Order: sequence, then C-alpha cells, then structure tokens
Amino acid sequence: MKYLERGYLEKDELPPFPSRERLMKKSVAYIECPQPIPCSPCYESCPADAVKMENINDPPEVDYEKCTGCMKCIRVCPGLAIFMLRIREDGKGEVTLQYEFLPWLKKGDRVKLLNRKGEEIGEGVVNWVLPPERNDNTSLVRVEVDENLIFDVRAIRPVGDINEG
Amino acid sequence: MVRIENGRLQEHPIIDFERKKEVTIYFNGKPIKAFEGETVAAALYAAGVRVFSRSFRWHRPRGFFCAIGKCSACMMEVDGVPNVRTCKVYVRDGMQIRTQSGFPSAEKDAFSILDDVIDLVFPHGSHYKKFTSTKAVRNFMLKRMRKFTGFGNPPKVVYGGNAEYERIDTDVLVIGGGPGGMSAAINAGKYGAKVLLVDENPFLGGQLVKQTHRFFGSAKHRAGTRGIKIAKILEDELSKLENVDVRKETRVFGIYNGEAGAVQGGEKLLRIKAKKIVVATGAYERTLIFENNDLPGVYGAGGVQTLMNVYGIKPGDMGLIVGSGNVGLILTYQLMQAGVNVAAIVEAMPRIGGYFVHAAKVRRLGVPIYVRHTILKAIGKNSVEAAIIAQLDDKWQPIPGTEKKVDCDFICVAVGLSPTHELLYQAGCQMKFVPELGGMVPLRTKYNETTVSGLYVAGDVAGIEEATAAIMEGRIAGIHAAVMLGYGGDEAKEELDEAVKDLEEFRAGPFGEKIICGLEKCVLESEVTI
Ligand SMILES: Cc1cc2nc3c(=O)[nH]c(=O)nc-3n(C[C@H](O)[C@H](O)[C@H](O)COP(=O)(O)OP(=O)(O)OC[C@H]3O[C@@H](n4cnc5c(N)ncnc54)[C@H](O)[C@@H]3O)c2cc1C
Ligand code: SF4
Ligand code: SF4
Ligand code: FES
Repeated sequence: MKYLERGYLEKDELPPFPSRERLMKKSVAYIECPQPIPCSPCYESCPADAVKMENINDPPEVDYEKCTGCMKCIRVCPGLAIFMLRIREDGKGEVTLQYEFLPWLKKGDRVKLLNRKGEEIGEGVVNWVLPPERNDNTSLVRVEVDENLIFDVRAIRPVGDINEG
Repeated sequence: MVRIENGRLQEHPIIDFERKKEVTIYFNGKPIKAFEGETVAAALYAAGVRVFSRSFRWHRPRGFFCAIGKCSACMMEVDGVPNVRTCKVYVRDGMQIRTQSGFPSAEKDAFSILDDVIDLVFPHGSHYKKFTSTKAVRNFMLKRMRKFTGFGNPPKVVYGGNAEYERIDTDVLVIGGGPGGMSAAINAGKYGAKVLLVDENPFLGGQLVKQTHRFFGSAKHRAGTRGIKIAKILEDELSKLENVDVRKETRVFGIYNGEAGAVQGGEKLLRIKAKKIVVATGAYERTLIFENNDLPGVYGAGGVQTLMNVYGIKPGDMGLIVGSGNVGLILTYQLMQAGVNVAAIVEAMPRIGGYFVHAAKVRRLGVPIYVRHTILKAIGKNSVEAAIIAQLDDKWQPIPGTEKKVDCDFICVAVGLSPTHELLYQAGCQMKFVPELGGMVPLRTKYNETTVSGLYVAGDVAGIEEATAAIMEGRIAGIHAAVMLGYGGDEAKEELDEAVKDLEEFRAGPFGEKIICGLEKCVLESEVTI
C-alpha cells in the first residue's frame, strides 16, 4: 500500500496493461482504483460484464477482451479513476478522462498533459468532448497524445491557465 | 479561471449560485452589499472582513471557524442584540452589525497590545479581587470590564415580537434534517407513523448541502449522485408523505421524558410530545493545537466548504490543508474547482487517511501531499500570511531542520469531527468514549435505540461515519420506531432485517473495520425482539 504514502501509483503498482493489439481495436477502460473501498458504480453500470467485483469493497478488475469501450463506467465513476485508452491506426494515442473544471474544454483546444504526479509531460489536442450538461456536469474529454504517453497522461490543463500549481 | 465579483464566485463547474435580491447591511456603520439568503458572516467575508471578534482576555483577533453555529468565534451585535452568531443569521436590508470587542473596532483594536502585557498588569483571577471596595465601584468596573472583554452590551432594544406557544402531539419526532434524520423521517413516515422533522437551519440536508462531489457506494445507495442532489432527492421523498410535517429554523433545546422543547423561528416555543424520538444532530469539527491556531484564516474544512459551496464566496487565493481524510482531500479538489490554489496537504500519519482515488485526483493536478508532516504554526498579524510545516519522527515529534515555510492566506483544519451529542447527555443516555467513532457516543441496540427507551440515534451523532451510513442508520431507526408503534406489519419487519443486513455489508470492507471495532464497544448485547 505504498501508494497511500504518495497519492499516486508507480509503474509496478498499475493494473496490467491491455495488449497493443487490443488497444488498436477500439478504446478500452483502464481502471486505477487499487484500494478496497465500498464503491461499485463501475461494476453496476457495465453492460458487457467486463468489470469483475465480487463484493462492493473489492477493487474493480477489467476484462479487456469483454470491454466494448462503451464508456458507461467512466461516465459515473465518482473517483475519477477510469481512463479510456486507445491507439489509432495512424499510431496516435488517445486518452479520455473526466473533467470538472472551468473553462469547459472544446474540440480543438490545446492542453498541457500532466502525469500522475502533476508533472507536465507534453501538450495534446482535444479531439472530442462529452459536454458537461449531458453528464451531470462531469465532462468527458478525449485528448490526442503520443502513443507512448497513454499510460502516463492522467490530467490536463488548458494551455495558458493562470491556475498552474 | 473562475470569474469573481465582490468576493463571490460568478460561475462554477458544478453549482449554480442563484443570488437573490441585493440588500445593504451596515458593518460598524459602513454600508456593505449583500444578497438575501446569505448569512451575515458570509456577506462580511465576501466584503473582505477577516477579524470578526477579539478574544476576551488577550484581545487576539478571531475570524470565523465553523460557519455552522458551533464555535462562537463569529459573535457580534446584530440590530442591538448582543452575542449573535453571525454565521447563523441571514442578512436583511438595513441590518446594523457591530463588532462587540475591541476599540474602536475588532479589526483595529487598540487593546490588542494586551496580548503581550496583560499578564503583568492584570494577572489571572484579579477581577475577583480588584475593584471590590464598594458596590458602586464594583458595578462601574463590571460594566467597563464587560465592554473590555467583548461579552457584548446588554440589549438596547426591547423584544418587540409576538412570542407564541404551541403544543404538538406526534408519533415520531426527528431532530436534525441531515441525511440521517431525513431518512429516519421517510422510513417511519412511509409505514404510516405521524412524524415531525425539525432542523435549526432554514434548509434541509445538513452537511450534504456542501458536498458537490459524486458519492461512493452502490447504485442502490445513490452512488454516482452528487451530495447536493441526494439532499434534494430525500427532500422530495419527504414532501410526498402527508403524515410527515417538516419544520425548518426550529431548534430543539431539551428532551424531558419523551417531550422535547424547541424554538421555531426564534419566536415560537414548541412543546412536542412524541412517542419515539430520533436524534440525528450530526457532528462538529475538531480543531488542532498549533501556534496561532486562533488566527483569522485558520478555518474548519467544513466552514470553508460552507462558505464556498453554499454561499459561493471565495475563501482565499492559496490554501493549506491539514489532514488527508476524505474531507481534506475532497475539499482540496473543490477549492481547485472554485479556482483557488492549494499549496499542499499535510498529514501526520504515515499514509493518506482518505480514499486513494480522492488523493490521486488532486495529486495529478500537482498538489503535494506530505505524509508524516504537521503544521507547527500559522504566521500573520491580523490574518494568515503563511504557515510553517515540519516532518515528524516515529514518536510524532517534529524533526529539527525539516521546517518549511508555506505561503498561504488560509489554512483548513480537516482533522475529523466529533458527535453533536449534548441532547443525548441531557436526555440521560448512557454515553461512552469510543475513539473509533469520534468521541463520546451513546450505547445503543443494533436498531439504534439508546438506553433511554424510545430514544434513537442516527448518523454522525451515533458515530462519525459518512452520509451513506447515516441514511442506512436513519432507515433502521425510522422503521424500528414505526414497528414498535404498531405500524407496517410484517412488511416493515422484513425491511428492518434487510436494512440491518445492508448496513453490515456496507461496513464489511477495510474502511468499515474501524467502525465495526468501535461499534463492538457500544452496541448493547441484549438481543432486542420485535
Ligand atoms: C466537511 C464534511 C465533508 C464531508 N464529506 C463527505 C463525503 O464526501 N461523503 C460522505 O458520504 N460523507 C461526507 N461527509 C459526512 C456526511 O456529510 C455526514 O456523515 C452526514 O451528513 C451525517 O449526516 P447526519 O444526518 O448524521 O448529520 P448532518 O448532516 O450533520 O445533519 C445534522 C442536522 O441536524 C441539525 N441540528 C443539530 N442540532 C440540532 C438541534 N438541536 N435542533 C434542530 N436541529 C439540529 C443541523 O442543523 C443539521 O442540519 C462530510 C462531512 C463533513 C462535515
Ligand atoms: S467501457 Fe463499457 S464495457 Fe468497458 S468496462 Fe466500461 S462499462 Fe464495461
Ligand atoms: S466506480 Fe470508480 S471509484 Fe468506484 S470502485 Fe469503480 S473505479 Fe473505483
Ligand atoms: S459559530 Fe459562527 S463561525 Fe463558528
């Protein structure tokens, strides 16, 4: 439980990666929720039976082969712990994450990419959003990033945001 | 970035602040703009007032702390009435507010010099011995001292309202309209019991009204729904029950053999005769000992949440959070949503106390979390300008040389809550100190009935847990009360068993362990039959 001393997961604590093959097919839910907590919306919302959880306190486990990429789980996860990942045919990576800050992001916006520690690791472009009003004020934002960054990008900030920490 | 005007958030990703009519209030004679629905303390804060009072003896500056009427740091004279907690009264056009300690005002207090010298000129206890030679001298000096210490002047106005009195008979009285109380009222009411629910606030929801995040749990327990919405859902359910009467702005002050005394709207005295009473009065925030912890700018985490999420007022520009339980972690995220920066979270334990996922979502936005660290002191003259933090060794002692100065203009103390249990004591419940549950809690059966027959508890007052558990406890207490009064038949009994089982399951994980361990110390063994 080292991650509780830091507030982020190190590489060796991450859930198994979906194969590159799987990532190329369509987007897949990647869940970073390792601690047993009484929470289960991801499990309950999944229509494909892809999230394994025997008891409400179990950490969720995704069966990447069953996951259809439907995004039902990422819409409802209160822990903001689910990321949709994909590698496109042109070799670009895509990460979709939950976003609850102003200003709301739009397609085409440039964003800074942050890793699990809040360090800037590059810039990306928003290429799709589910607007906040369609998901109880939690927007979903998909950013286009380098393929090798999809397991690192975990937060975004609009370029030029004065609120930089 | 979030737009701010007059200290107030003009936009927010989650909350719509509907500001009502603009009014003018007068603070020490100076006009201040406010909006109906705001408390006096909130409006003053938005106008930049940080010093609300002075301490009695040393004349140290005091700001607000809890924002929910529990700490008394915000007392002022309002329309001639002294010692009013300004975080609990709402602005009215033309209202006159005065600070009651300090000369000429609390903010610029000439007597603040006493902080350094009073022990030399006026040692502890000397007011018992000095100035007692004649009655005239004593009376004269008593008046001076009263003024000096800021206990407020005797009211200049005579109460002009119409005091009323009402007797009420009901099956079940529920005290407190937070999630625990609302759930108890709904569940007793749905089986036909006549219920009266009272809350001292002008709104229902208790602590839920500032929880803008989505809740955990299962869909059955409304997981994924924001706390503010859960409050609305419960209120809607309540309003559908015709046999449930809700009275807001009604504070219960005592329970006497199945009868409760309450004051409604400050004017009406209620004598409530109830066959069963459910106490769901919630909890108040603890504070922490460190140098200058009374400086304005050191706030309870819930106080900041109230200011920001209920009234839409920006608490400051840069916060420091002390405590990494869920409240501290969630508050950090909420501050960032309101465009406020957070310098760091410090936690004395060797690991984060709240859920990892709550920590991860602020960590990845760049907020450092220092475990095994504590705050040593707050720095500032009339309000917080910085803080000193330091690392702790295995014996919880600060390690010399690890001190770090953190620039911040406010500090949120998020070190836990204690049950608001005064009514239980007063009613004669057997109490026990159970640290796992947050302090003094009543002994109770598994149906949440205390040692006073017919008196139940639900929610934080029974032990600090969280809203989902409060709702589940309210359900148990409410149904049990109804069943004992002969309502609901077998169906109710079955639901009661199910409700007990649901709660057991909910507490089965590691986060429930502590609670279960605490409950073992205060749940009465005697098997209750229904
Ligand atoms: C800052 C903070 C953050 C929290 N965050 C979360 C969270 O993210 N998720 C979660 O599940 N839980 C959270 N909680 C906990 C959750 O809000 C509480 O556990 C829950 O609200 C407890 O419900 P309750 O009904 O026991 O008490 P409360 O919600 O505190 O309600 C008690 C009510 O009783 C009223 N009252 C008190 N005394 C009297 C009296 N004498 N007469 C009349 N009325 C009275 C009060 O005005 C209040 O409305 C948080 C709590 C706090 C303080
Ligand atoms: S994306 Fe859809 S299929 Fe995949 S885990 Fe989430 S809910 Fe299940
Ligand atoms: S919904 Fe989110 S926070 Fe809850 S268990 Fe699933 S992944 Fe974790
Ligand atoms: S009583 Fe008003 S701030 Fe605590």
